[in-house]
Amino acid sequence: MRPASESDGALMSEPLHFHFDVNGDDFTSAGEASVQVKKLLRQLDVAPELIRRISIAMYEGEINMVIHAHGGDADVFIAEDEVTIRLRDDGPGIPDVEKAMSEGYSTAPDNIRALGFGAGMGLPNMKRYSDSLTIDSLVGKGTTITMVFRF
Amino acid sequence: MLTVKRLAEALNANRILMPEPNREVTGGYTGDLLSWVMGRAQSGDAWVTIMSNVNVAAVAQLSDTAVVVFAEGVVPDEAAVRAASLHDINLISVPEGAFAVCAAIARMLEV
Repeated sequence: MRPASESDGALMSEPLHFHFDVNGDDFTSAGEASVQVKKLLRQLDVAPELIRRISIAMYEGEINMVIHAHGGDADVFIAEDEVTIRLRDDGPGIPDVEKAMSEGYSTAPDNIRALGFGAGMGLPNMKRYSDSLTIDSLVGKGTTITMVFRF
Repeated sequence: MLTVKRLAEALNANRILMPEPNREVTGGYTGDLLSWVMGRAQSGDAWVTIMSNVNVAAVAQLSDTAVVVFAEGVVPDEAAVRAASLHDINLISVPEGAFAVCAAIARMLEV
Protein backbone atom coordinates (compact mmCIF):
# COMPACT_ATOMS: atom_id res chain seq x y z
CA MET A 1 0.00 0.00 0.00
CA ARG A 2 1.30 3.43 -0.87
CA PRO A 3 1.35 6.19 1.71
CA ALA A 4 -1.79 8.34 1.64
CA SER A 5 0.09 11.49 0.75
CA GLU A 6 1.57 9.93 -2.35
CA SER A 7 -1.71 8.49 -3.60
CA ASP A 8 -3.43 11.82 -2.89
CA GLY A 9 -0.82 13.53 -5.00
CA ALA A 10 -1.29 10.99 -7.77
CA LEU A 11 -5.04 11.55 -7.71
CA MET A 12 -4.64 15.28 -8.02
CA SER A 13 -2.20 15.23 -10.92
CA GLU A 14 -3.76 12.42 -12.93
CA PRO A 15 -6.46 13.74 -15.29
CA LEU A 16 -9.81 11.93 -15.40
CA HIS A 17 -10.11 9.97 -18.63
CA PHE A 18 -13.30 8.98 -20.41
CA HIS A 19 -13.60 7.01 -23.62
CA PHE A 20 -16.54 7.03 -26.03
CA ASP A 21 -17.27 5.14 -29.21
CA VAL A 22 -18.98 7.29 -31.81
CA ASN A 23 -21.39 5.14 -33.78
CA GLY A 24 -21.22 6.03 -37.46
CA ASP A 25 -24.52 4.50 -38.46
CA ASP A 26 -27.06 7.01 -37.35
CA PHE A 27 -27.55 10.59 -36.36
CA THR A 28 -29.81 9.74 -33.49
CA SER A 29 -26.95 8.57 -31.35
CA ALA A 30 -24.51 11.23 -32.57
CA GLY A 31 -24.29 13.64 -29.69
CA GLU A 32 -24.62 11.05 -26.96
CA ALA A 33 -20.97 11.40 -26.00
CA SER A 34 -21.19 15.21 -25.95
CA VAL A 35 -24.32 15.13 -23.83
CA GLN A 36 -22.60 12.77 -21.36
CA VAL A 37 -19.55 15.01 -21.21
CA LYS A 38 -21.83 17.97 -20.58
CA LYS A 39 -23.42 16.17 -17.61
CA LEU A 40 -20.04 15.14 -16.27
CA LEU A 41 -18.63 18.67 -16.39
CA ARG A 42 -21.75 19.94 -14.67
CA GLN A 43 -21.15 17.48 -11.83
CA LEU A 44 -17.58 18.74 -11.59
CA ASP A 45 -18.89 22.31 -11.23
CA VAL A 46 -17.24 23.65 -14.37
CA ALA A 47 -18.51 27.13 -15.39
CA PRO A 48 -21.68 26.88 -17.55
CA GLU A 49 -20.30 28.95 -20.45
CA LEU A 50 -17.21 26.74 -20.64
CA ILE A 51 -19.35 23.60 -20.52
CA ARG A 52 -21.33 25.02 -23.40
CA ARG A 53 -18.20 25.66 -25.48
CA ILE A 54 -16.76 22.22 -24.78
CA SER A 55 -19.91 20.24 -25.46
CA ILE A 56 -20.76 22.11 -28.68
CA ALA A 57 -17.22 21.67 -30.04
CA MET A 58 -17.30 17.98 -29.19
CA TYR A 59 -20.73 17.56 -30.82
CA GLU A 60 -19.45 19.17 -34.03
CA GLY A 61 -16.58 16.71 -33.98
CA GLU A 62 -18.90 13.77 -33.43
CA ILE A 63 -21.14 14.88 -36.29
CA ASN A 64 -18.13 15.21 -38.59
CA MET A 65 -17.06 11.67 -37.76
CA VAL A 66 -20.56 10.38 -38.53
CA ILE A 67 -20.87 12.33 -41.80
CA HIS A 68 -17.42 11.68 -43.20
CA ALA A 69 -15.78 8.72 -41.46
CA HIS A 70 -18.44 6.18 -40.39
CA GLY A 71 -17.79 7.07 -36.78
CA GLY A 72 -14.69 6.85 -34.65
CA ASP A 73 -13.79 7.31 -31.03
CA ALA A 74 -13.45 10.13 -28.58
CA ASP A 75 -11.25 10.49 -25.52
CA VAL A 76 -11.86 13.17 -22.97
CA PHE A 77 -9.25 14.10 -20.38
CA ILE A 78 -10.30 16.36 -17.55
CA ALA A 79 -7.44 17.89 -15.61
CA GLU A 80 -7.44 20.54 -12.90
CA ASP A 81 -6.94 23.43 -15.26
CA GLU A 82 -7.99 22.16 -18.70
CA VAL A 83 -10.05 19.70 -20.69
CA THR A 84 -8.54 17.91 -23.69
CA ILE A 85 -10.71 16.16 -26.27
CA ARG A 86 -9.18 13.82 -28.82
CA LEU A 87 -11.34 12.63 -31.71
CA ARG A 88 -9.98 9.84 -33.87
CA ASP A 89 -11.33 8.24 -37.03
CA ASP A 90 -10.22 5.99 -39.89
CA GLY A 91 -12.07 8.04 -42.48
CA PRO A 92 -10.93 9.49 -45.82
CA GLY A 93 -8.85 12.26 -44.24
CA ILE A 94 -8.92 15.98 -45.08
CA PRO A 95 -7.02 16.80 -48.30
CA ASP A 96 -6.97 20.57 -47.74
CA VAL A 97 -7.17 21.49 -44.07
CA GLU A 98 -7.02 25.25 -44.72
CA LYS A 99 -10.02 25.03 -47.04
CA ALA A 100 -11.89 22.81 -44.58
CA MET A 101 -11.36 25.44 -41.88
CA SER A 102 -13.03 28.23 -43.87
CA GLU A 103 -16.61 29.09 -42.93
CA GLY A 104 -19.14 27.81 -45.43
CA TYR A 105 -16.90 25.25 -47.12
CA SER A 106 -18.53 21.82 -46.99
CA THR A 107 -18.22 18.46 -48.69
CA ALA A 108 -21.28 17.01 -46.96
CA PRO A 109 -23.79 15.19 -49.19
CA ASP A 110 -27.32 16.51 -49.79
CA ASN A 111 -29.04 14.06 -47.43
CA ILE A 112 -26.91 15.40 -44.60
CA ARG A 113 -27.69 18.99 -45.54
CA ALA A 114 -31.39 18.20 -45.46
CA LEU A 115 -30.94 17.36 -41.78
CA GLY A 116 -29.55 20.81 -41.09
CA PHE A 117 -25.88 19.86 -41.05
CA GLY A 118 -23.18 20.36 -43.67
CA ALA A 119 -23.25 24.16 -43.57
CA GLY A 120 -19.47 24.31 -43.47
CA MET A 121 -19.41 25.59 -39.89
CA GLY A 122 -18.34 22.47 -37.99
CA LEU A 123 -14.57 22.91 -37.93
CA PRO A 124 -14.86 26.72 -37.65
CA ASN A 125 -17.08 26.25 -34.57
CA MET A 126 -14.58 23.81 -33.07
CA LYS A 127 -11.84 26.39 -33.55
CA ARG A 128 -14.06 29.18 -32.26
CA TYR A 129 -14.96 27.41 -29.03
CA SER A 130 -11.62 25.75 -28.17
CA ASP A 131 -8.44 27.39 -26.92
CA SER A 132 -6.36 25.27 -29.24
CA LEU A 133 -7.25 22.99 -32.13
CA THR A 134 -4.83 20.60 -33.81
CA ILE A 135 -5.74 18.64 -36.93
CA ASP A 136 -3.65 15.66 -37.82
CA SER A 137 -5.02 14.17 -41.04
CA LEU A 138 -3.71 11.75 -43.61
CA VAL A 139 -5.69 11.20 -46.82
CA GLY A 140 -6.85 7.60 -47.00
CA LYS A 141 -5.87 6.92 -43.40
CA GLY A 142 -7.92 9.08 -41.09
CA THR A 143 -8.05 12.16 -38.95
CA THR A 144 -7.20 12.95 -35.35
CA ILE A 145 -8.40 16.21 -33.89
CA THR A 146 -7.21 17.47 -30.55
CA MET A 147 -8.95 20.34 -28.80
CA VAL A 148 -7.86 21.93 -25.55
CA PHE A 149 -10.10 24.08 -23.36
CA ARG A 150 -8.50 25.99 -20.48
CA PHE A 151 -10.38 26.83 -17.29
CA MET B 1 -38.76 38.76 -16.67
CA LEU B 2 -39.98 36.94 -19.77
CA THR B 3 -40.50 33.28 -18.97
CA VAL B 4 -41.06 30.53 -21.52
CA LYS B 5 -44.59 30.10 -20.16
CA ARG B 6 -45.41 33.78 -20.70
CA LEU B 7 -43.85 33.72 -24.15
CA ALA B 8 -45.95 30.69 -25.12
CA GLU B 9 -49.13 32.37 -23.87
CA ALA B 10 -48.39 35.62 -25.67
CA LEU B 11 -47.68 33.78 -28.93
CA ASN B 12 -50.74 31.59 -28.42
CA ALA B 13 -48.44 28.69 -29.13
CA ASN B 14 -49.12 25.01 -29.20
CA ARG B 15 -47.20 23.55 -26.24
CA ILE B 16 -45.47 20.41 -27.37
CA LEU B 17 -43.28 20.03 -24.28
CA MET B 18 -42.80 22.40 -21.39
CA PRO B 19 -40.76 20.79 -18.62
CA GLU B 20 -39.24 24.13 -17.66
CA PRO B 21 -41.97 26.80 -17.91
CA ASN B 22 -40.14 29.25 -15.64
CA ARG B 23 -36.93 29.33 -17.67
CA GLU B 24 -36.11 32.92 -18.59
CA VAL B 25 -35.95 33.98 -22.24
CA THR B 26 -33.17 36.54 -22.61
CA GLY B 27 -32.82 36.78 -26.37
CA GLY B 28 -33.58 35.13 -29.66
CA TYR B 29 -32.02 33.46 -32.67
CA THR B 30 -33.49 32.12 -35.87
CA GLY B 31 -32.00 29.60 -38.29
CA ASP B 32 -32.26 26.05 -39.55
CA LEU B 33 -28.61 25.24 -40.15
CA LEU B 34 -27.59 23.58 -36.93
CA SER B 35 -23.95 24.61 -36.86
CA TRP B 36 -24.91 28.23 -37.33
CA VAL B 37 -27.23 27.90 -34.36
CA MET B 38 -24.47 26.31 -32.27
CA GLY B 39 -22.01 28.99 -33.34
CA ARG B 40 -24.28 32.00 -32.89
CA ALA B 41 -27.21 31.36 -30.54
CA GLN B 42 -26.73 32.36 -26.93
CA SER B 43 -27.68 30.56 -23.76
CA GLY B 44 -31.25 31.62 -22.85
CA ASP B 45 -32.33 32.42 -26.42
CA ALA B 46 -35.67 31.50 -27.92
CA TRP B 47 -34.59 29.53 -31.01
CA VAL B 48 -37.01 29.93 -33.90
CA THR B 49 -36.73 27.25 -36.58
CA ILE B 50 -38.55 25.06 -39.07
CA MET B 51 -36.06 22.20 -38.69
CA SER B 52 -37.89 19.38 -36.96
CA ASN B 53 -35.65 16.30 -36.74
CA VAL B 54 -34.05 14.67 -33.71
CA ASN B 55 -30.85 16.69 -33.96
CA VAL B 56 -32.78 19.81 -32.97
CA ALA B 57 -33.07 18.36 -29.45
CA ALA B 58 -29.30 17.81 -29.18
CA VAL B 59 -28.52 21.27 -30.51
CA ALA B 60 -31.01 22.94 -28.15
CA GLN B 61 -29.54 21.00 -25.25
CA LEU B 62 -25.91 21.77 -26.05
CA SER B 63 -26.57 25.42 -26.93
CA ASP B 64 -28.64 25.81 -23.77
CA THR B 65 -31.42 27.72 -25.52
CA ALA B 66 -34.48 28.43 -23.33
CA VAL B 67 -37.10 27.19 -25.79
CA VAL B 68 -37.38 25.91 -29.35
CA VAL B 69 -40.13 27.73 -31.26
CA PHE B 70 -41.23 25.84 -34.37
CA ALA B 71 -42.55 28.33 -36.93
CA GLU B 72 -44.97 27.72 -39.84
CA GLY B 73 -46.93 25.24 -37.74
CA VAL B 74 -44.10 22.73 -37.96
CA VAL B 75 -44.40 19.84 -35.54
CA PRO B 76 -41.19 18.02 -34.58
CA ASP B 77 -40.97 14.32 -35.32
CA GLU B 78 -41.48 11.70 -32.63
CA ALA B 79 -37.76 11.03 -32.13
CA ALA B 80 -37.14 14.74 -31.57
CA VAL B 81 -39.87 14.99 -28.94
CA ARG B 82 -38.58 11.87 -27.21
CA ALA B 83 -35.01 13.20 -27.12
CA ALA B 84 -36.20 16.61 -25.93
CA SER B 85 -38.20 15.08 -23.10
CA LEU B 86 -35.09 13.25 -21.88
CA HIS B 87 -33.25 16.54 -21.56
CA ASP B 88 -36.03 18.81 -20.25
CA ILE B 89 -36.18 20.93 -23.37
CA ASN B 90 -39.11 23.29 -23.94
CA LEU B 91 -40.77 22.92 -27.37
CA ILE B 92 -43.58 25.07 -28.72
CA SER B 93 -45.08 25.54 -32.18
CA VAL B 94 -46.80 28.51 -33.82
CA PRO B 95 -48.58 28.87 -37.19
CA GLU B 96 -46.81 32.13 -38.14
CA GLY B 97 -43.62 32.34 -40.14
CA ALA B 98 -40.22 32.92 -38.54
CA PHE B 99 -40.19 36.64 -39.33
CA ALA B 100 -43.50 37.32 -37.58
CA VAL B 101 -42.55 35.18 -34.59
CA CYS B 102 -39.19 36.90 -34.19
CA ALA B 103 -40.82 40.31 -34.44
CA ALA B 104 -43.28 39.34 -31.69
CA ILE B 105 -40.49 38.00 -29.45
CA ALA B 106 -38.40 41.11 -30.04
CA ARG B 107 -41.34 43.31 -28.96
CA MET B 108 -41.70 41.28 -25.76
CA LEU B 109 -38.00 41.57 -25.06
CA GLU B 110 -38.12 45.27 -26.00
CA VAL B 111 -35.07 44.95 -28.24
